[in-house]
Amino acid sequence: MCLAVPVQVVSIQDTEAEVEIGGVRRRVSIMLTPEAKVGDYVLLHTGYAINVIDEAEAQETLKLLTEMISFGEDA
Amino acid sequence: MKFIDEYRDAELGKKLVNRIEQLSTRQVRLMEFCGGHTVAIMRNGLRQLLPPTVEMLSGPGCPVCVTANADIDKAIALARLPDVIITTFGDMMKVPGSYSSLQQVRAEEADIRIVYSTQDALQIARDNPKRSVIFIGIGFETTAPTIAASILQAKEEKIENFYVLCLLKLCPPVMKALLALGEIKLDGIVCPGHVSVIIGSHPYEFIPRDYGVACVVSGFEPVDILLSVAMLVEQIENRKPRVEIAYRRGVKPEGNKKALELMGRVFESGDADWRGIGVIPASGLKLRKEYAPLDAERAFSITLEPVREASGCICGDILRGVKIPADCKLFRKVCLPEHPVGPCMVSSEGACAAYYQYGV
Repeated sequence: MCLAVPVQVVSIQDTEAEVEIGGVRRRVSIMLTPEAKVGDYVLLHTGYAINVIDEAEAQETLKLLTEMISFGEDA
Repeated sequence: MKFIDEYRDAELGKKLVNRIEQLSTRQVRLMEFCGGHTVAIMRNGLRQLLPPTVEMLSGPGCPVCVTANADIDKAIALARLPDVIITTFGDMMKVPGSYSSLQQVRAEEADIRIVYSTQDALQIARDNPKRSVIFIGIGFETTAPTIAASILQAKEEKIENFYVLCLLKLCPPVMKALLALGEIKLDGIVCPGHVSVIIGSHPYEFIPRDYGVACVVSGFEPVDILLSVAMLVEQIENRKPRVEIAYRRGVKPEGNKKALELMGRVFESGDADWRGIGVIPASGLKLRKEYAPLDAERAFSITLEPVREASGCICGDILRGVKIPADCKLFRKVCLPEHPVGPCMVSSEGACAAYYQYGV
C-alpha cells in the first residue's frame, strides 16, 4: 500500500511531470515535490512524486555498505 | 533500473548476512512494521538467511489490514446510496466487512471504480458532475499528503461532488500503543521507509528513549533490509538504542516539509479504530472544519447494522505480533486469497497473504 518506485523526470509542466520507468512514460503530480527538476529521480506513490531521491546519499549508503562488509571480512 | 538493481545484489546480500552473523551474539526479536517489508522479506527468503539469533515478526503496517470492520461497513453503506460512485484503491475491494464487501456490493450493481491515484478519482468527479464521487481514503502518512492534495485541488477547482471517507491512520501512535501494551518484547523495529519519506525519522525518537528499543528506517530492496537488520543488531549488541536511517537516499530526518504542510492544512489528528487493537487516541487523521463539506461521513446519512467479526479469524493477534499466520486454524484451509476471511489474507501486503504466497 505504501509502495513507491523510483522514476526519472523527463519534463515538467506546472505541478505535473512526465516521468519514465523502464521505457514506460506517464504523467504524475509534483505538488508534493516542487523542487523536482528534469533528470531527477523521484519516488512515485499513487500518481504523486513524494520526494526527490538523493544521489549523494545513495553513493554514501553504497560506501557504508562496502565498509561494513570489509570490516566483516577483516574480523 | 537505477536505485533498484544495486540494492538487489545477491553477493552484497550474502556478505551482509555474514556480517550480521558476526555481530549477533544474543537472541533478538525485531519487528518489521511495514507490510511492504514483510513481502520483501518473504519474497527474498530473508528470514531463512538470517542467523537463528535474529527473529523477525510482522507488524501492523498494512493499511487495509488494520481497517476496522466498522469502517469497511461505512464504505459499503455509502456504496449502496443512490447516485454515488465509490472510488477506491483495488486492495479494499475484497476486504470483508461485517456482512459484505465492496466487491459483493459491486456485483449488486453499486458503482464502484478502482483507481490508482486520487487524481483519477478527481477526474471521475469532473466527468460525472451530477453524481457524488466518494474516495475511500485509507492509508498511512505516505498516502495522506496525496489525499490532502486532491482535497485542496477539489476546493480550488470548485469540484463540489468530490468527497473523502477519511480513514487515514498514523504509524508512530500505533507503535507506541503496541510497545505500551507490552504483549511482545521487542529489541528493535525496522521502521517504515515510505511513511518516513513524509514524516522523517524524528517522530520515532520516543521509542529508544522511552522503551529502549532500537529503530532503523529501511528501504524495500533486500540489501536495504539486510543493512537495516545489521544496524539494528549492532545497536542492540552495543546497548545503545537510537534512531538511524538506512534508507538515506529516500528519507531525511525532517521528512518532506511540503507534504507535511499540505497534510497540516487539510487534516487534524483524531481517534482511529485499529483492527485487533481498538481505538487509539490521536492515531488517525480527520478533515479540518474548513473542509468538512468534503467529508463523506458528514455529507451523507447512512445507517449501520451492528458490527460483526469473522469467527475464528486471528488477524488482530497477527497484527499485534502476538501470533503468526500458521497459528490460525483457518489459514490455508478456509481462509485463502480467493476466499479471504480476514483482511491479512486480502491485501498482498498482509502477513497471511505473504506467508501463503511464499509458502511459509
